[in-house]
Amino acid sequence: MQATDLLLSLIVLGLFSFYWSRGRSLALANPLGGIRNLHSLPSYYGLHAALWCTLPATFLLGIWLIFDEIVINGMVMTDLSPELIPSDNASYNLILNKVANIANGILPREDQPSGLLDAADNMLSLNVVSQWSITLLIITLAMSGLAWSSHKLKVDFRARPAVERVMQNLLLACACVAIFTTLGIVFSVLFESIQFFRSVPIYDFIFGLEWSPQTAIREDQVGSSGSFGAIPLFVGTLLVSAVAMFIAVPIGLMSAIYLAEYASDGVRTYAKPALEVLAGIPTVVYGFFAALTVAPFLRDLGASVGLTISSESALAAGGVMGIMIIPFISSLADDVITAVPQSMRDGSLAMGATQSETIRKVVIPAALPGIVGGIMLAISRAIGETMIVVMAAGLAAKLTANPLESVTTVTVQIVTLLTGDQEFDSPKTLAAFALGLMLFTVTLLLNIFALHIVKKYREQYE
Amino acid sequence: MKLASEQTLELDEGHVTVGQSFSDDPKMTMRNINVFYAEKQAIYDVSIDITKNEVIAMIGPSGCGKSTFLRTLNRMNDTVDGCRVEGDICMDGENLYAPNLDVVELRARVGMVFQKPNPFPKSIRDNVTYGPKIHGLADTRVDLDEILEKSLRKAGLWEEVKDRLDQPGTGLSGGQQQRLCIARAIAVSPEVILMDEPCSALDPIATAKIEELIEELSQNFTIAIVTHSMQQAARVSHRTAYFHLGKLIEVNPTEQVFTMPQHQLTEAYITGRFG
Repeated sequence: MQATDLLLSLIVLGLFSFYWSRGRSLALANPLGGIRNLHSLPSYYGLHAALWCTLPATFLLGIWLIFDEIVINGMVMTDLSPELIPSDNASYNLILNKVANIANGILPREDQPSGLLDAADNMLSLNVVSQWSITLLIITLAMSGLAWSSHKLKVDFRARPAVERVMQNLLLACACVAIFTTLGIVFSVLFESIQFFRSVPIYDFIFGLEWSPQTAIREDQVGSSGSFGAIPLFVGTLLVSAVAMFIAVPIGLMSAIYLAEYASDGVRTYAKPALEVLAGIPTVVYGFFAALTVAPFLRDLGASVGLTISSESALAAGGVMGIMIIPFISSLADDVITAVPQSMRDGSLAMGATQSETIRKVVIPAALPGIVGGIMLAISRAIGETMIVVMAAGLAAKLTANPLESVTTVTVQIVTLLTGDQEFDSPKTLAAFALGLMLFTVTLLLNIFALHIVKKYREQYE
Repeated sequence: MKLASEQTLELDEGHVTVGQSFSDDPKMTMRNINVFYAEKQAIYDVSIDITKNEVIAMIGPSGCGKSTFLRTLNRMNDTVDGCRVEGDICMDGENLYAPNLDVVELRARVGMVFQKPNPFPKSIRDNVTYGPKIHGLADTRVDLDEILEKSLRKAGLWEEVKDRLDQPGTGLSGGQQQRLCIARAIAVSPEVILMDEPCSALDPIATAKIEELIEELSQNFTIAIVTHSMQQAARVSHRTAYFHLGKLIEVNPTEQVFTMPQHQLTEAYITGRFG
């Protein structure tokens, strides 16, 4: 049977075990005078049987799905007739592909060497054996699980804690999936970066002042020497993020203070969701808003007062990004400000402080850890933001601190390095992974720093 | 006058407060106070004087309006949405609810200590100097330190905290925190101190210290204290006011309230028949 059929039959078997065991426990309970005489509710006995029937079998099926093809391929290739034994990795894969295609009927069987035909037949028969054996194994496992569970089904069997344990482990497994995926991403980025650092020294990458990522196809090509200095990109990223935070922090914080402390319930009901709509706008919309509306407006404004503002300025990209981040900061800050106990405000007001004195001297200091944490998260967000800068910031890696000029960011460069047709072993492509790694490290450090600050203030205030 | 036992436990509609609610030398006078929370009336037609330098205790069962009444005296009810106060409340003849009255200044003159100790998340020093700083009571650092020491001494906390003035006030024990709040309140030299069940979150020893402190403070301040504990009212106050369902039933010298209550509801409460 195919894996999907097996899975379906497992589900059917599971449902059957559930109702069957539940029915059996009810039958046990009835002569004793009702289900109160059972240790657990009938549905727990049903669940216990269903879990024992399906979980081990599903686990086995998963393992089989992962290793089935690898094992069969290995066996086919070891049984290959001697004249076809491949010499290197590439031809190994080529022959394997051919065999598989013949076996699946994609390649016609005529005009193929007999060795390949034998191998294809070998593969087909191995496939059949594997499928039958897994079907048999799964069904046996499912049935023995069911048998085990029904053997244990007695009036005083503690099905409820048993099910509880399984549930806990299932949840743990789901948490592990998230963690291992993260680890997997980190390691794959790390290994590709190491690959990159083989061709470009890590020192040149981290401290290099020039970024022009290209590799030559021919020796005598113009611009054959690429330079991979990440400093201009990080300076550009920081510049755009700084502009964004310069706009988002004051506006976000002040609107949060207004909403939490001054706004009446009526205003709050409408103003808060309205502000959060900003967070719901797709970043791509912000992107073309920045590129097509804000940037030309700023350029014209600059021209009218005699300032040269590039039409792809850090100011435009950062400004729009700041607007995007406002709801982020305001809703986080609003939450922590609202969480400051009313008794603090009462204490201050009863001392004869005005409302704004109370906010400045008592409420904000008490809420500071949360506010700083929110700002740090927003900075991470700004650094990693891509769509707005792709559209509104430039591509030229200029090393400047002037927000009126065009700069490029790490994320923009990753996008340009990886869009279009690329070979996956040139430094140009691998540079994207190195940039990603750097970005990840910077954000991670920032988050650790934020947590540290939050903790420090918390110790002081609690 | 009917004897207490002959009266029913029902409260008649047009109840008039019995006892000595008025004073010849009042610090604060309240006439016909009605307080509403949105549509719900919490205080009905309460009239009472608070004498200079006395300790007056407000007792009564939960929800009788004693805390609400206390909070009208420094207009802390202003911070509650939908709260409305009718009637005249005057301090030294000045109407506290007059439109041109400065609430901030009023609250500097009428300090308040809350049910749960609520020190600010700041150092002990900053807690006490908070009021003097915002009201500009000290010109120099030396003046400020003087106020700090004086207030902490008055609150009986100086000896315990003088070596750790820069540590957070939240790190003190519950009783110390409450005395810190009292020190904070007296640092701005108020004329009246309102206390809203100041000992309800404290253990007996901390409570005894606060009660001792109230006695000392009454030499300089007028104190109105709301309490759940009748023993506390009996120990610290000069006069006791008994509230029931938003009405002021009886005001009399404390000794009389606890030995010969004039109203049968007061008697029922202090003998523990309800409350």
